[in-house]
Amino acid sequence: MHLPQERGPISRHVIQALTHEGDDSLSLALGPGDVTGDEDVQLALWMIYELHYRGFDGVPDDREWDLGLITLRRSIERRFEIELRNATRDRLVPVPDEGDIGRQLLDLVAADDGPALATFLHRRASREQVRDFLRERSVQQLKESDPQSFVLPRLDGAPKAALAELQYDEYGGGRPERLHATMYGDALEAAGLDRSYGAYIDEVSALSLACTNAMSMFGLNRRLRGAAMGHLAAFEASSSVPSRKIAGGIERVGLPAAVSAYFHEHVEADAVHEHVASTDICGALVAAEPSLRGDVLFGAAVSLHLEALSGAELLDRWTPGLEAAS
Amino acid sequence: MSGDVVVRQVPDGPLLVRGADTIQDENGEEHEVTRPVVAVCACGKSARKPWCDSTHKSIPDR
Repeated sequence: MHLPQERGPISRHVIQALTHEGDDSLSLALGPGDVTGDEDVQLALWMIYELHYRGFDGVPDDREWDLGLITLRRSIERRFEIELRNATRDRLVPVPDEGDIGRQLLDLVAADDGPALATFLHRRASREQVRDFLRERSVQQLKESDPQSFVLPRLDGAPKAALAELQYDEYGGGRPERLHATMYGDALEAAGLDRSYGAYIDEVSALSLACTNAMSMFGLNRRLRGAAMGHLAAFEASSSVPSRKIAGGIERVGLPAAVSAYFHEHVEADAVHEHVASTDICGALVAAEPSLRGDVLFGAAVSLHLEALSGAELLDRWTPGLEAAS
Repeated sequence: MSGDVVVRQVPDGPLLVRGADTIQDENGEEHEVTRPVVAVCACGKSARKPWCDSTHKSIPDR
């Protein structure tokens, strides 16, 4: 993958650090604003995280552990996590701090009244808007399930077995062509888009980057393993019904069956995965490590929060002014 | 797959089935299991029977 285009001073600094040897003394102050919707900061964080996934053409692999970049990553993460904790606090107020965590996670998702992105895609979106949606989600879906794989060695016993079971299905159950990320690539290609990893990195929004970066932050920090699994549970539990609608929208605008196939797969897979993730993973994790309960719920709330922001952004892009009224 | 088949009823949800090779639908037709766990429709309203498609979430009786 090629390095992205810079979007401001922070991402420029990361690109320079990656293309010039020996810059391990990076100390760069972030601006005062929120980082969640800041495309420069989110792109910088995304690049630093990518060193742990696929890397970049021409960038030595050992920059993954460049001390300057790790320092910058930690300062961005600190801000990002605080913002996410503040933004999700109200959502979590009604949730009791004891009881069936699996049920609480599913109730949290059921109570979510986020923007009706899937309904819009189902009923009203144009073919170009559907393609825009596929592009925006590509940074996340082309490495689908990879952030959660970082959590496996940090768990043991029942939650580990359940996560491995879920990941095995996400990774195609032994059939490479059924790898969900590969199916997403097939969907992009069938929609006339570029399936290559990172192809749309210069076009996607700050919030699309924030959605995938939150997963990486949770997956790459052992401290946040509870949040990673709570995020997974909410993500899976808010996928089956929307995927059915999105598949219907894709068929309505006449895109090929390979495009909707990815979403049809998620109708069925995520009807299973929401229960595996909420009960078998998160329930067992909280039973084993009760101190993680708060972070499991936090991760779930982050998934709902960022999906809501991202959904509102896309609806506003497609139908300016309508979103607030609907 | 081999060994025991384990079935769990999810409250207000599908049956989670582990360890089965096939699921027979109401017409006697066999459906191959291709996942480590499958969710079998228990509300009767799925459009993808025998598999759950989460239609039960749209039925307001919880």
